[in-house]
Amino acid sequence: MDPVMKMQGVSVSFDGREVISDVGMTLLAREITCLMGPSGCGKTTTLKVASGLLRPAKGSIELLGKTVGPETDETDLIGIRKELGVVFQGGALFDSMSVGQNIAFPLRYCRGIEDPDSISEMVLDMLEHVELGDVREKYPSELSGGMRKRVAIARSLVHSPSLLLLDEPTTGLDPTTARHIDQLVVELCRKFGFSVLVVTHDITSALGIGDSLLLMHEGRITWRGSPDEWGRTDHPVVKKFAEGMVSVRRTGVRKL
Amino acid sequence: MNFLSWIGRQAIELFSTLGFFSIVGLRAFSGVFTGTWSKEDLFEQLERVGVGSVLVVSITSAFTGMVLAVQTLDQFVRFGATGYIGGVIALSMVREMSPVLTGLVVSGRIGAAMAAEIGSMKVTEQIDALRTFGLDPHVFVGVPRLLAGLVMLPILTLFSFVIGIGGGFLYVTAHGVNAHLFRRSVEALLAPSDVYGGLLKAAVFGVLITLSSCGQGFMAGQGARGVGTATTKAVVWGNMLILVFNYILSTILFGGIKG
Repeated sequence: MDPVMKMQGVSVSFDGREVISDVGMTLLAREITCLMGPSGCGKTTTLKVASGLLRPAKGSIELLGKTVGPETDETDLIGIRKELGVVFQGGALFDSMSVGQNIAFPLRYCRGIEDPDSISEMVLDMLEHVELGDVREKYPSELSGGMRKRVAIARSLVHSPSLLLLDEPTTGLDPTTARHIDQLVVELCRKFGFSVLVVTHDITSALGIGDSLLLMHEGRITWRGSPDEWGRTDHPVVKKFAEGMVSVRRTGVRKL
Repeated sequence: MNFLSWIGRQAIELFSTLGFFSIVGLRAFSGVFTGTWSKEDLFEQLERVGVGSVLVVSITSAFTGMVLAVQTLDQFVRFGATGYIGGVIALSMVREMSPVLTGLVVSGRIGAAMAAEIGSMKVTEQIDALRTFGLDPHVFVGVPRLLAGLVMLPILTLFSFVIGIGGGFLYVTAHGVNAHLFRRSVEALLAPSDVYGGLLKAAVFGVLITLSSCGQGFMAGQGARGVGTATTKAVVWGNMLILVFNYILSTILFGGIKG
Protein backbone atom coordinates (compact mmCIF):
# COMPACT_ATOMS: atom_id res chain seq x y z
CA MET A 1 0.00 0.00 0.00
CA ASP A 2 1.12 3.57 -0.71
CA PRO A 3 2.14 5.74 2.22
CA VAL A 4 -0.07 8.79 2.78
CA MET A 5 2.39 10.30 5.21
CA LYS A 6 6.03 9.52 5.92
CA MET A 7 7.69 11.26 8.86
CA GLN A 8 11.47 10.95 9.13
CA GLY A 9 13.81 12.08 11.92
CA VAL A 10 11.43 14.80 13.11
CA SER A 11 12.41 16.87 16.15
CA VAL A 12 10.63 19.85 17.69
CA SER A 13 12.01 22.19 20.35
CA PHE A 14 10.28 24.71 22.60
CA ASP A 15 12.46 27.27 24.42
CA GLY A 16 15.60 25.27 23.61
CA ARG A 17 14.15 22.01 25.02
CA GLU A 18 13.59 19.16 22.58
CA VAL A 19 9.99 17.99 23.02
CA ILE A 20 10.07 15.24 20.38
CA SER A 21 13.25 13.70 19.00
CA ASP A 22 13.96 11.75 15.86
CA VAL A 23 10.33 10.71 15.37
CA GLY A 24 9.58 8.61 12.33
CA MET A 25 6.40 6.89 11.15
CA THR A 26 4.67 5.83 7.96
CA LEU A 27 0.91 6.02 7.57
CA LEU A 28 -0.47 3.72 4.89
CA ALA A 29 -3.58 4.39 2.81
CA ARG A 30 -6.85 3.27 4.43
CA GLU A 31 -5.04 2.26 7.64
CA ILE A 32 -5.63 3.39 11.21
CA THR A 33 -2.43 4.10 13.13
CA CYS A 34 -2.60 4.74 16.86
CA LEU A 35 0.11 6.74 18.60
CA MET A 36 0.01 5.93 22.30
CA GLY A 37 1.89 7.22 25.28
CA PRO A 38 1.45 8.85 28.67
CA SER A 39 0.48 12.50 29.04
CA GLY A 40 3.27 14.93 28.22
CA CYS A 41 5.30 12.48 26.13
CA GLY A 42 4.94 14.54 22.92
CA LYS A 43 1.96 12.89 21.20
CA THR A 44 0.01 16.09 20.57
CA THR A 45 3.17 17.87 19.36
CA THR A 46 3.69 15.01 16.88
CA LEU A 47 0.08 15.41 15.70
CA LYS A 48 0.56 19.17 15.29
CA VAL A 49 3.65 18.54 13.15
CA ALA A 50 1.71 15.96 11.09
CA SER A 51 -1.11 18.47 10.57
CA GLY A 52 1.23 21.25 9.43
CA LEU A 53 0.43 23.41 12.46
CA LEU A 54 4.04 23.17 13.65
CA ARG A 55 7.16 23.09 11.50
CA PRO A 56 9.76 20.51 12.53
CA ALA A 57 13.09 21.87 13.74
CA LYS A 58 14.78 18.86 12.14
CA GLY A 59 13.64 16.11 9.80
CA SER A 60 10.96 16.04 7.16
CA ILE A 61 7.41 14.89 6.48
CA GLU A 62 6.23 13.66 3.12
CA LEU A 63 2.55 14.41 3.15
CA LEU A 64 0.21 13.85 0.21
CA GLY A 65 3.09 14.10 -2.25
CA LYS A 66 4.59 17.26 -0.72
CA THR A 67 7.57 17.58 1.61
CA VAL A 68 7.37 19.63 4.82
CA GLY A 69 10.60 20.61 6.53
CA PRO A 70 12.03 23.35 8.75
CA GLU A 71 12.14 25.80 5.81
CA THR A 72 8.70 25.08 4.34
CA ASP A 73 6.82 28.22 3.40
CA GLU A 74 3.55 29.05 5.25
CA THR A 75 1.72 29.26 1.88
CA ASP A 76 2.65 25.63 1.11
CA LEU A 77 1.54 24.57 4.61
CA ILE A 78 -1.87 26.23 4.06
CA GLY A 79 -2.40 24.14 0.92
CA ILE A 80 -1.47 20.94 2.78
CA ARG A 81 -3.70 21.71 5.79
CA LYS A 82 -6.77 22.00 3.54
CA GLU A 83 -6.28 18.36 2.50
CA LEU A 84 -6.36 17.12 6.10
CA GLY A 85 -9.06 16.61 8.69
CA VAL A 86 -8.10 17.36 12.28
CA VAL A 87 -10.17 16.61 15.39
CA PHE A 88 -8.79 18.40 18.43
CA GLN A 89 -8.97 17.02 21.95
CA GLY A 90 -11.84 19.30 23.03
CA GLY A 91 -13.47 19.27 19.59
CA ALA A 92 -12.56 22.95 18.93
CA LEU A 93 -16.03 23.61 17.54
CA PHE A 94 -16.70 27.30 16.87
CA ASP A 95 -19.00 28.12 19.76
CA SER A 96 -20.45 31.22 18.07
CA MET A 97 -21.76 29.03 15.22
CA SER A 98 -24.50 26.41 15.13
CA VAL A 99 -23.66 22.77 14.44
CA GLY A 100 -24.76 23.20 10.82
CA GLN A 101 -22.56 26.29 10.37
CA ASN A 102 -19.61 24.45 11.95
CA ILE A 103 -19.90 21.56 9.51
CA ALA A 104 -20.47 23.90 6.57
CA PHE A 105 -17.31 25.85 7.45
CA PRO A 106 -14.73 23.62 5.63
CA LEU A 107 -17.04 23.38 2.61
CA ARG A 108 -17.02 27.16 2.28
CA TYR A 109 -13.41 27.84 3.13
CA CYS A 110 -11.52 24.67 2.04
CA ARG A 111 -13.61 23.70 -0.97
CA GLY A 112 -14.96 27.13 -1.93
CA ILE A 113 -18.57 25.91 -2.21
CA GLU A 114 -21.00 28.84 -2.01
CA ASP A 115 -24.33 27.32 -3.04
CA PRO A 116 -26.47 27.14 0.15
CA ASP A 117 -28.54 24.19 -1.11
CA SER A 118 -25.46 22.06 -1.88
CA ILE A 119 -23.92 22.99 1.47
CA SER A 120 -27.13 22.15 3.33
CA GLU A 121 -27.41 18.79 1.60
CA MET A 122 -23.79 17.88 2.35
CA VAL A 123 -24.12 18.96 5.99
CA LEU A 124 -27.24 16.83 6.49
CA ASP A 125 -25.57 13.88 4.77
CA MET A 126 -22.52 14.17 7.02
CA LEU A 127 -24.66 14.48 10.14
CA GLU A 128 -26.39 11.23 9.18
CA HIS A 129 -23.01 9.52 8.78
CA VAL A 130 -22.13 10.43 12.37
CA GLU A 131 -25.64 9.47 13.53
CA LEU A 132 -26.70 12.98 14.47
CA GLY A 133 -29.77 13.93 12.49
CA ASP A 134 -31.54 16.61 14.49
CA VAL A 135 -28.88 18.89 15.90
CA ARG A 136 -28.15 21.16 12.92
CA GLU A 137 -29.65 24.25 14.54
CA LYS A 138 -28.18 23.62 17.98
CA TYR A 139 -25.05 25.28 19.34
CA PRO A 140 -22.02 23.30 20.62
CA SER A 141 -22.78 24.35 24.22
CA GLU A 142 -26.12 22.52 24.00
CA LEU A 143 -24.51 19.17 23.12
CA SER A 144 -23.05 16.39 25.27
CA GLY A 145 -19.32 15.56 25.12
CA GLY A 146 -19.89 12.56 22.85
CA MET A 147 -22.12 14.56 20.48
CA ARG A 148 -19.53 17.35 20.29
CA LYS A 149 -16.87 14.77 19.34
CA ARG A 150 -19.14 13.39 16.61
CA VAL A 151 -19.83 16.88 15.28
CA ALA A 152 -16.07 17.55 15.29
CA ILE A 153 -15.52 14.33 13.33
CA ALA A 154 -18.26 15.33 10.87
CA ARG A 155 -16.68 18.77 10.43
CA SER A 156 -13.25 17.27 9.81
CA LEU A 157 -14.55 14.82 7.17
CA VAL A 158 -17.09 16.90 5.25
CA HIS A 159 -14.48 18.24 2.79
CA SER A 160 -13.23 14.68 2.01
CA PRO A 161 -9.69 14.81 3.40
CA SER A 162 -7.15 12.10 2.58
CA LEU A 163 -5.88 11.91 6.14
CA LEU A 164 -7.77 12.26 9.42
CA LEU A 165 -5.83 13.22 12.56
CA LEU A 166 -7.56 12.65 15.89
CA ASP A 167 -6.22 14.00 19.19
CA GLU A 168 -7.48 11.94 22.14
CA PRO A 169 -10.93 11.25 20.63
CA THR A 170 -12.16 9.22 23.61
CA THR A 171 -10.78 11.34 26.45
CA GLY A 172 -13.45 12.55 28.86
CA LEU A 173 -16.11 10.19 27.53
CA ASP A 174 -17.80 7.32 29.36
CA PRO A 175 -16.69 3.82 28.16
CA THR A 176 -19.87 3.20 26.12
CA THR A 177 -19.64 6.51 24.29
CA ALA A 178 -15.88 6.02 23.82
CA ARG A 179 -16.43 2.64 22.13
CA HIS A 180 -19.16 4.22 20.00
CA ILE A 181 -16.68 6.87 18.80
CA ASP A 182 -14.11 4.10 18.07
CA GLN A 183 -16.67 2.18 16.04
CA LEU A 184 -17.64 5.34 14.16
CA VAL A 185 -14.00 6.09 13.24
CA VAL A 186 -13.51 2.53 11.90
CA GLU A 187 -16.77 2.59 9.92
CA LEU A 188 -16.09 5.99 8.38
CA CYS A 189 -12.49 5.02 7.55
CA ARG A 190 -13.70 1.90 5.71
CA LYS A 191 -16.55 3.77 3.99
CA PHE A 192 -14.61 6.84 2.80
CA GLY A 193 -11.17 5.26 2.44
CA PHE A 194 -9.05 7.86 4.25
CA SER A 195 -6.08 7.13 6.53
CA VAL A 196 -6.24 7.88 10.23
CA LEU A 197 -3.67 8.84 12.86
CA VAL A 198 -5.14 8.62 16.36
CA VAL A 199 -3.23 10.07 19.29
CA THR A 200 -4.44 8.44 22.49
CA HIS A 201 -3.52 7.11 25.90
CA ASP A 202 -6.56 4.80 25.84
CA ILE A 203 -5.09 1.30 25.27
CA THR A 204 -8.54 -0.29 24.85
CA SER A 205 -9.36 2.16 22.09
CA ALA A 206 -5.99 1.74 20.34
CA LEU A 207 -6.10 -2.08 20.46
CA GLY A 208 -9.70 -2.01 19.25
CA ILE A 209 -9.30 0.20 16.18
CA GLY A 210 -5.58 0.32 15.32
CA ASP A 211 -4.12 -1.50 12.33
CA SER A 212 -0.71 -0.49 13.61
CA LEU A 213 0.40 0.88 16.97
CA LEU A 214 3.21 3.21 18.02
CA LEU A 215 4.27 3.85 21.59
CA MET A 216 5.89 7.15 22.46
CA HIS A 217 8.01 7.66 25.55
CA GLU A 218 9.79 10.90 26.50
CA GLY A 219 9.53 12.34 23.01
CA ARG A 220 10.68 9.24 21.10
CA ILE A 221 8.89 6.36 19.41
CA THR A 222 10.05 3.42 21.50
CA TRP A 223 7.90 0.61 20.09
CA ARG A 224 5.91 -0.09 16.95
CA GLY A 225 3.87 -3.11 15.88
CA SER A 226 0.40 -4.56 15.38
CA PRO A 227 -2.23 -5.11 18.10
CA ASP A 228 -1.30 -8.85 18.07
CA GLU A 229 2.37 -8.04 18.61
CA TRP A 230 1.41 -5.67 21.49
CA GLY A 231 0.04 -8.66 23.42
CA ARG A 232 3.18 -10.73 22.84
CA THR A 233 5.94 -8.19 23.32
CA ASP A 234 8.23 -8.13 26.35
CA HIS A 235 9.42 -4.59 25.63
CA PRO A 236 9.90 -2.96 29.06
CA VAL A 237 8.35 0.40 28.07
CA VAL A 238 5.25 -1.33 26.67
CA LYS A 239 4.94 -3.40 29.84
CA LYS A 240 5.38 -0.34 32.03
CA PHE A 241 2.79 1.69 30.07
CA ALA A 242 0.24 -1.16 30.00
CA GLU A 243 0.74 -1.98 33.69
CA GLY A 244 0.53 1.70 34.60
CA MET A 245 -2.85 1.99 32.90
CA VAL A 246 -4.14 -1.21 34.58
CA SER A 247 -2.90 -0.10 38.00
CA VAL A 248 -4.58 3.31 37.52
CA ARG A 249 -7.85 1.53 36.73
CA ARG A 250 -7.51 -0.78 39.76
CA THR A 251 -6.71 2.13 42.05
CA GLY A 252 -9.72 3.94 40.69
CA VAL A 253 -11.97 0.93 41.35
CA ARG A 254 -10.60 0.47 44.88
CA LYS A 255 -11.22 4.12 45.70
CA LEU A 256 -14.79 3.87 44.44
CA MET B 1 20.40 45.36 39.91
CA ASN B 2 16.95 43.85 40.43
CA PHE B 3 15.35 47.19 39.61
CA LEU B 4 17.42 47.46 36.41
CA SER B 5 16.48 43.96 35.34
CA TRP B 6 12.82 44.75 36.07
CA ILE B 7 13.09 47.86 33.86
CA GLY B 8 14.73 45.74 31.17
CA ARG B 9 11.99 43.10 31.32
CA GLN B 10 9.27 45.76 31.12
CA ALA B 11 10.97 47.39 28.12
CA ILE B 12 11.27 44.04 26.34
CA GLU B 13 7.60 43.26 27.05
CA LEU B 14 6.55 46.73 25.87
CA PHE B 15 8.38 46.51 22.56
CA SER B 16 7.51 42.86 21.92
CA THR B 17 3.81 43.64 22.55
CA LEU B 18 3.92 46.68 20.25
CA GLY B 19 5.74 44.56 17.67
CA PHE B 20 3.08 41.86 17.86
CA PHE B 21 0.27 44.44 17.53
CA SER B 22 2.03 45.77 14.43
CA ILE B 23 2.29 42.28 12.92
CA VAL B 24 -1.42 41.60 13.58
CA GLY B 25 -2.29 45.03 12.12
CA LEU B 26 -0.16 44.58 8.99
CA ARG B 27 -1.54 41.10 8.34
CA ALA B 28 -5.10 42.22 8.89
CA PHE B 29 -4.80 45.36 6.73
CA SER B 30 -3.09 43.45 3.93
CA GLY B 31 -5.75 40.74 4.27
CA VAL B 32 -8.68 43.15 3.77
CA PHE B 33 -8.45 42.81 -0.02
CA THR B 34 -6.41 39.63 -0.47
CA GLY B 35 -7.27 37.42 2.51
CA THR B 36 -10.24 35.26 3.45
CA TRP B 37 -12.62 36.64 6.06
CA SER B 38 -16.32 36.48 6.74
CA LYS B 39 -18.70 39.29 5.71
CA GLU B 40 -21.32 37.92 8.13
CA ASP B 41 -18.80 38.37 10.93
CA LEU B 42 -18.15 41.96 9.78
CA PHE B 43 -21.87 42.82 10.06
CA GLU B 44 -21.99 41.16 13.47
CA GLN B 45 -18.97 43.19 14.65
CA LEU B 46 -20.38 46.44 13.22
CA GLU B 47 -23.56 45.82 15.19
CA ARG B 48 -21.63 44.86 18.30
CA VAL B 49 -19.22 47.82 18.25
CA GLY B 50 -21.65 50.40 16.89
CA VAL B 51 -25.28 49.74 17.78
CA GLY B 52 -24.33 48.04 21.04
CA SER B 53 -22.39 51.11 22.22
CA VAL B 54 -24.90 53.83 21.30
CA LEU B 55 -26.63 54.02 24.68
CA VAL B 56 -23.50 54.12 26.82
CA VAL B 57 -21.83 56.65 24.47
CA SER B 58 -24.98 58.80 24.55
CA ILE B 59 -25.17 58.87 28.33
CA THR B 60 -21.43 59.55 28.71
CA SER B 61 -21.49 62.33 26.09
CA ALA B 62 -24.63 64.04 27.37
CA PHE B 63 -23.27 64.29 30.91
CA THR B 64 -19.80 65.33 29.71
CA GLY B 65 -21.35 68.16 27.68
CA MET B 66 -23.35 69.24 30.72
CA VAL B 67 -20.30 69.11 33.02
CA LEU B 68 -18.36 71.25 30.53
CA ALA B 69 -21.21 73.77 30.69
CA VAL B 70 -21.27 73.64 34.51
CA GLN B 71 -17.51 74.29 34.68
CA THR B 72 -17.42 77.12 32.14
CA LEU B 73 -20.72 79.00 32.49
CA ASP B 74 -19.86 80.88 35.70
CA GLN B 75 -16.46 82.02 34.32
CA PHE B 76 -17.94 83.17 31.01
CA VAL B 77 -20.74 85.09 32.75
CA ARG B 78 -18.19 86.73 35.07
CA PHE B 79 -16.09 87.94 32.11
CA GLY B 80 -19.11 88.84 30.00
CA ALA B 81 -18.25 86.26 27.38
CA THR B 82 -21.44 84.20 27.29
CA GLY B 83 -21.45 84.75 23.54
CA TYR B 84 -18.57 82.29 23.25
CA ILE B 85 -19.77 79.51 25.53
CA GLY B 86 -21.47 77.44 22.81
CA GLY B 87 -18.35 77.50 20.64
CA VAL B 88 -16.06 76.55 23.52
CA ILE B 89 -18.26 73.60 24.51
CA ALA B 90 -18.53 72.51 20.86
CA LEU B 91 -14.76 72.82 20.29
CA SER B 92 -13.99 70.85 23.47
CA MET B 93 -16.41 68.10 22.52
CA VAL B 94 -15.44 67.87 18.85
CA ARG B 95 -11.67 68.09 19.18
CA GLU B 96 -11.09 66.20 22.43
CA MET B 97 -13.90 64.93 24.61
CA SER B 98 -16.00 63.02 22.09
CA PRO B 99 -13.20 61.07 20.35
CA VAL B 100 -11.38 60.29 23.61
CA LEU B 101 -14.45 59.41 25.69
CA THR B 102 -15.97 57.33 22.89
CA GLY B 103 -12.63 55.54 22.51
CA LEU B 104 -12.32 54.85 26.24
CA VAL B 105 -15.94 53.67 26.52
CA VAL B 106 -15.63 51.34 23.51
CA SER B 107 -12.25 50.10 24.74
CA GLY B 108 -13.76 49.12 28.09
CA ARG B 109 -16.94 47.69 26.63
CA ILE B 110 -15.86 46.03 23.38
CA GLY B 111 -12.07 45.70 23.72
CA ALA B 112 -12.39 43.51 26.80
CA ALA B 113 -15.07 41.35 25.18
CA MET B 114 -13.04 40.91 21.98
CA ALA B 115 -9.89 39.94 23.88
CA ALA B 116 -11.84 37.46 26.03
CA GLU B 117 -13.53 35.95 22.97
CA ILE B 118 -10.30 35.52 20.99
CA GLY B 119 -8.41 34.37 24.10
CA SER B 120 -10.94 31.63 24.78
CA MET B 121 -10.87 30.68 21.08
CA LYS B 122 -7.12 30.22 21.46
CA VAL B 123 -7.39 28.24 24.70
CA THR B 124 -10.04 25.91 23.24
CA GLU B 125 -7.97 25.37 20.04
CA GLN B 126 -10.52 27.15 17.80
CA ILE B 127 -7.68 29.34 16.49
CA ASP B 128 -5.70 26.19 15.57
CA ALA B 129 -8.86 24.78 13.98
CA LEU B 130 -9.04 27.87 11.73
CA ARG B 131 -5.45 27.24 10.67
CA THR B 132 -6.23 23.62 9.79
CA PHE B 133 -8.83 24.96 7.34
CA GLY B 134 -6.08 26.93 5.62
CA LEU B 135 -7.10 30.28 7.12
CA ASP B 136 -4.90 32.95 8.68
CA PRO B 137 -6.56 33.70 12.08
CA HIS B 138 -5.06 37.21 12.11
CA VAL B 139 -6.99 37.91 8.91
CA PHE B 140 -10.13 35.82 9.47
CA VAL B 141 -10.70 37.01 13.04
CA GLY B 142 -8.86 40.34 12.84
CA VAL B 143 -10.23 41.96 9.66
CA PRO B 144 -13.94 42.13 10.63
CA ARG B 145 -13.05 43.54 14.05
CA LEU B 146 -10.52 46.02 12.68
CA LEU B 147 -12.98 47.28 10.04
CA ALA B 148 -15.76 47.51 12.62
CA GLY B 149 -13.54 49.68 14.84
CA LEU B 150 -12.39 51.80 11.91
CA VAL B 151 -15.94 52.46 10.67
CA MET B 152 -17.94 52.58 13.87
CA LEU B 153 -15.76 54.76 16.12
CA PRO B 154 -16.12 57.84 13.85
CA ILE B 155 -19.90 57.24 13.58
CA LEU B 156 -20.22 56.92 17.36
CA THR B 157 -18.03 60.00 17.79
CA LEU B 158 -20.23 62.00 15.42
CA PHE B 159 -23.18 60.90 17.51
CA SER B 160 -21.29 61.92 20.66
CA PHE B 161 -20.61 65.44 19.18
CA VAL B 162 -24.32 66.05 18.79
CA ILE B 163 -25.39 64.58 22.14
CA GLY B 164 -22.54 66.31 24.05
CA ILE B 165 -23.18 69.72 22.53
CA GLY B 166 -26.89 69.13 23.12
CA GLY B 167 -26.21 68.41 26.82
CA GLY B 168 -24.22 71.64 27.15
CA PHE B 169 -26.94 73.58 25.31
CA LEU B 170 -29.64 72.31 27.68
CA TYR B 171 -27.66 73.32 30.77
CA VAL B 172 -26.68 76.83 29.64
CA THR B 173 -30.09 77.70 28.18
CA ALA B 174 -31.72 76.49 31.41
CA HIS B 175 -29.45 79.04 33.16
CA GLY B 176 -30.46 82.00 31.05
CA VAL B 177 -28.13 81.91 28.04
CA ASN B 178 -29.91 82.75 24.81
CA ALA B 179 -30.32 79.73 22.52
CA HIS B 180 -29.68 81.79 19.40
CA LEU B 181 -26.46 83.18 20.91
CA PHE B 182 -25.32 79.60 21.68
CA ARG B 183 -25.95 78.50 18.08
CA ARG B 184 -24.20 81.58 16.60
CA SER B 185 -21.19 80.98 18.83
CA VAL B 186 -20.93 77.33 17.68
CA GLU B 187 -21.12 78.43 14.04
CA ALA B 188 -18.47 81.12 14.58
CA LEU B 189 -15.87 79.03 16.42
CA LEU B 190 -16.32 75.52 15.03
CA ALA B 191 -14.67 74.91 11.64
CA PRO B 192 -15.16 71.84 9.42
CA SER B 193 -11.47 70.99 9.98
CA ASP B 194 -12.23 70.54 13.71
CA VAL B 195 -14.90 67.97 12.87
CA TYR B 196 -12.64 66.15 10.39
CA GLY B 197 -9.81 66.15 12.94
CA GLY B 198 -12.08 64.69 15.63
CA LEU B 199 -13.34 62.00 13.26
CA LEU B 200 -9.79 61.15 12.15
CA LYS B 201 -8.81 60.73 15.79
CA ALA B 202 -11.80 58.44 16.33
CA ALA B 203 -10.86 56.27 13.34
CA VAL B 204 -7.29 55.90 14.67
CA PHE B 205 -8.64 55.04 18.14
CA GLY B 206 -10.94 52.43 16.58
CA VAL B 207 -7.96 50.74 14.98
CA LEU B 208 -5.89 50.95 18.18
CA ILE B 209 -8.68 49.45 20.33
CA THR B 210 -9.27 46.52 18.01
CA LEU B 211 -5.55 45.93 17.50
CA SER B 212 -4.82 45.80 21.22
CA SER B 213 -7.88 43.58 21.84
CA CYS B 214 -7.12 41.16 19.01
CA GLY B 215 -3.38 41.22 19.80
CA GLN B 216 -3.90 40.45 23.49
CA GLY B 217 -6.46 37.77 22.61
CA PHE B 218 -4.00 36.04 20.29
CA MET B 219 -1.27 36.34 22.94
CA ALA B 220 -3.50 34.89 25.72
CA GLY B 221 -1.89 32.29 27.96
CA GLN B 222 -3.44 28.96 28.89
CA GLY B 223 -6.59 28.54 30.97
CA ALA B 224 -9.10 30.92 32.50
CA ARG B 225 -6.33 32.92 34.11
CA GLY B 226 -4.64 33.48 30.74
CA VAL B 227 -7.90 34.76 29.24
CA GLY B 228 -8.55 37.00 32.26
CA THR B 229 -5.06 38.51 32.05
CA ALA B 230 -5.44 39.09 28.30
CA THR B 231 -8.75 40.88 28.89
CA THR B 232 -7.26 43.20 31.50
CA LYS B 233 -4.22 43.91 29.35
CA ALA B 234 -6.39 44.63 26.30
CA VAL B 235 -8.25 47.39 28.17
CA VAL B 236 -5.07 48.81 29.74
CA TRP B 237 -3.24 48.83 26.40
CA GLY B 238 -6.26 50.18 24.54
CA ASN B 239 -6.69 53.09 26.96
CA MET B 240 -2.96 53.81 27.09
CA LEU B 241 -2.65 53.88 23.29
CA ILE B 242 -5.71 56.14 22.99
CA LEU B 243 -4.23 58.70 25.38
CA VAL B 244 -0.74 58.62 23.84
CA PHE B 245 -2.05 58.88 20.28
CA ASN B 246 -4.52 61.57 21.35
CA TYR B 247 -1.58 63.76 22.34
CA ILE B 248 0.30 63.00 19.10
CA LEU B 249 -2.75 63.62 16.90
CA SER B 250 -3.81 66.74 18.83
CA THR B 251 -0.34 68.19 18.34
CA ILE B 252 -0.37 67.43 14.62
CA LEU B 253 -3.97 68.46 13.93
CA PHE B 254 -4.59 71.33 16.34
CA GLY B 255 -1.19 72.20 17.87
CA GLY B 256 0.70 75.51 17.62
CA ILE B 257 -0.57 79.07 17.66
CA LYS B 258 -2.80 79.90 14.75
CA GLY B 259 -2.85 83.60 14.10
